[in-house]
Formats: sequence, structure tokens, C-alpha cells
Amino acid sequence: MIRLFHVLVLVFVAVAGLTSLSAAAQTPDDVLTALKTEAKASTTGFQGFSAQRGERFFKQTHGNELSCASCHTENPAASGKHAKTAKIIKPLAPASNPERFTDSAKVEKWFKRNCNDVLDRVCTPQEKGDVLTYLLTVKS
Amino acid sequence: MLFDTKNPVRILGLAVLLSVAMISAAHAEDDDDDKRGAPAMNTQWKTECGACHVAFPPRLLPAESWRAVMSGLDKHFGSDASLDPAAAAEIRAYLEKNAGSGKYAAAGKPILRITETRWFKREHDEVPARTWNNPKVKSAANCAACHTQAEAGNYSEHNIRIPK
Ligand code: HEC
Ligand code: HEC
Ligand code: HEC
Repeated sequence: MIRLFHVLVLVFVAVAGLTSLSAAAQTPDDVLTALKTEAKASTTGFQGFSAQRGERFFKQTHGNELSCASCHTENPAASGKHAKTAKIIKPLAPASNPERFTDSAKVEKWFKRNCNDVLDRVCTPQEKGDVLTYLLTVKS
Repeated sequence: MLFDTKNPVRILGLAVLLSVAMISAAHAEDDDDDKRGAPAMNTQWKTECGACHVAFPPRLLPAESWRAVMSGLDKHFGSDASLDPAAAAEIRAYLEKNAGSGKYAAAGKPILRITETRWFKREHDEVPARTWNNPKVKSAANCAACHTQAEAGNYSEHNIRIPK
């Protein structure tokens, strides 16, 4: 009886663990949908996201020497390299790296940090949505 | 019935039991506070502080230095490395607990860079300027350019290869 109880408790723990994991897991489309909701609320005359605009934003500099491409390269399907430390960075495009844009807390953390480094400010929901739309068009 | 070997519930139960046992074994190792042995691992630290460069081992700076590094993450050597407060608190505690002492301890104002400490300069005084300037090295903080096992926290002289 004690063993049965143990097994049941363990199964319960396992199931609870799996559910809490799946609660955190998202798809890039979920992340994009959330950005769209934010953009609609904060951008007057929001016209949707644009992959072209996202690509331009990604590859150009914005006032200092860094662009997103400085670390993630001009080809986000390829591995990048940190511009200051030379550490290899896994590809940013979901087509090459299925882990990308599956954890909204991680996505927000890096948008905040990297936008601050490149633009000296946070990115707007419009800019973030454009970039993600662009990254989703990149083939591996 | 439940304990029939073919019963999937029992197999699942065993699998779970095994993984729980493994997790608690890993925890037991974590709690092992042997200062001379391999330092305890902290996943949060390894992930967060290993994202932009190798996760520099806690023993290479004294606690005061880690405290200073951790209180300025939004302006971290020219980069924004800000963290949510819960993760920052956990990492700070881990770094302080495993911080260096002896030759790694420094008097006076806390030094933020490992590469500016006295022991670092002494250990590396035979590395010629042209090596530091090699684009493959790029920065003295790029430990992994020469210490081939830096990712695993191993800086032993047996695992050094100077890029040509
Ligand atoms: C100085 C180097 C650097 C620059 C410049 C940079 N990034 Fe990053 N970025 C990183 C690093 C390092 C990571 C995290 C490493 C990892 O997860 O492999 C990262 C991760 C990300 C992520 C997280 C994605 C995920 O789900 O894992 C996003 C989004 C991102 N960067 C977007 C950008 C954008 C947009 C720009 C330009 C505004 C930019 N980055 C510029 C270094 C940089
Ligand atoms: C967003 C990127 C990023 C993250 C995340 C990050 N760092 Fe750094 N770190 C840097 C950069 C850039 C440098 C400067 C590298 C150089 O000068 O070559 C640096 C340098 C350092 C140095 C000095 C190295 C030396 O001796 O010259 C220490 C110590 C350090 N980081 C600790 C940490 C700790 C602890 C964490 C985790 C809380 C962390 N870093 C997370 C980007 C980052
Ligand atoms: C340009 C190559 C190079 C870089 C970059 C470099 N080291 Fe070293 N390191 C060496 C050499 C060479 C030695 C001397 C080995 C000896 O004494 O035989 C050494 C020695 C050491 C030692 C002493 C090892 C022992 O067994 O006595 C430590 C610890 C160490 N380095 C840590 C670091 C850390 C941490 C970094 C990055 C912050 C770093 N090194 C960056 C080349 C390098």
C-alpha cells in the first residue's frame, strides 16, 4: 500500500512538473500575437508588421557602432559572434534554431538589453514585431 | 495488477522514481560545500553569466568584487546585462558563497575585472603583446581563446593553446 501511495505521489509530481513546463512553452507565433496586441494598444494608426522594415532595422546602425547584425550577423540563420567578447551565439532565426522565441520572458529580457546597447533605448512593440516578422521569413 | 511488470503505470512510476532519485543525488552534490573540490554548480549563474562570455568562475574574484559587479548589471562593461531581481539575488548569493580568497582576495577598492587583478597579470606576464593583440584573442577576457576548457571552468596549464 505504501508503495502504491509512493507511485501515485510520484506520478502526480511528474504530471504537475510537465504541466508547469508546458505553461512556459510558447511558439514564435504566440510571441508575435502578443506583440501585435501591444502594438495595437500603443501605436496610433498601427498598420501591421513588416518583414522588410524589420530587416532594415536589423541590419542598420542606430547611432552607435552596433547593429543587431553586429552580433547576430547579416544572416540570422547562421551562428553569430558577440561583437565584444567573440563568444559564438546560436542562430536567431527560428528556422535554424527552434528554441528561439519560445519563452516570452527570455525574449523580453534580450530585447531590452540588446535594444539598449544598439539604440540607447528600449524598442517599441512595432520594432520588435517587425524584427520577429523578418526573422520568421528567414529560411535555414 | 498495478505491480505487473507490463503495467505502464508501474513502468512510469519506476521511471519517475529513478529521475527523482537522480535529481536528489544532483542536489546532494550541490549542497556539498567543499571549498577545495569542484565548486557547486548553479544553473541560473551558468546560463545568465555564460550568455555573452564564458561564465567566469566565482573563485577568480573576491566577494566584494562580485558584489560590485552584481550591483551594476544594467551598465556592465558597456553592455546592458540587467536581470530580474530574483535571478540576480540567487546569482549574487552563489558568487559570494564561492568567491575567491587567498591570492584572489584584493585589498582596497574592489576590482571589477579579473583581467585587472594582480594574480591575473602575474599568471599571464609571459604572454607577449602580439598574442593579446591577435584578432583571434580580441580581449584578455576571452579566456576560451587560449584556455580550451574554459567553458567547463578548467584553467589548468595543461589545457592551454595559444592561437597563432
Ligand atoms: C552585443 C551583441 C548583441 C547585439 C548587438 C544584439 N544581440 Fe541579440 N543577443 C545577443 C546574445 C548574447 C543573446 C543571447 C544568447 C543566446 O541565447 O544564445 C541574444 C539574444 C537575442 C534574443 C533572444 C531570442 C530568444 O528567444 O532566445 C533576441 C530577440 C535578440 N537577441 C534580438 C536582438 C535585436 C533585435 C538586436 C538589435 C536591436 C540585437 N539582438 C542585438 C547579443 C546581441
Ligand atoms: C549582455 C551580455 C553580458 C551578460 C549577460 C553578462 N556579461 Fe559580463 N561582460 C560582458 C561584456 C561585453 C564584458 C566585457 C568583455 C571584454 O572587455 O572583453 C563583460 C565582462 C565581464 C567581467 C570582466 C572580465 C574581465 O576580467 O575583463 C566580469 C567579471 C563579468 N563580465 C561578469 C559577469 C557576470 C557575473 C554575469 C552574470 C550576472 C555577466 N558577466 C553577464 C557582457 C555580459
Ligand atoms: C592569450 C591567451 C590567454 C588568455 C586570453 C587567457 N589566458 Fe590564462 N593563461 C594563459 C597562459 C599562457 C598561462 C600560463 C600557464 C603557465 O603558467 O604555464 C595562463 C594561466 C592562467 C591561470 C593559472 C593556471 C595554472 O594552472 O596555474 C589561470 C587561473 C588563468 N590563466 C585564468 C584565465 C582567465 C580567467 C582568463 C580570462 C579572463 C584567461 N586566463 C585568459 C593564457 C591565456
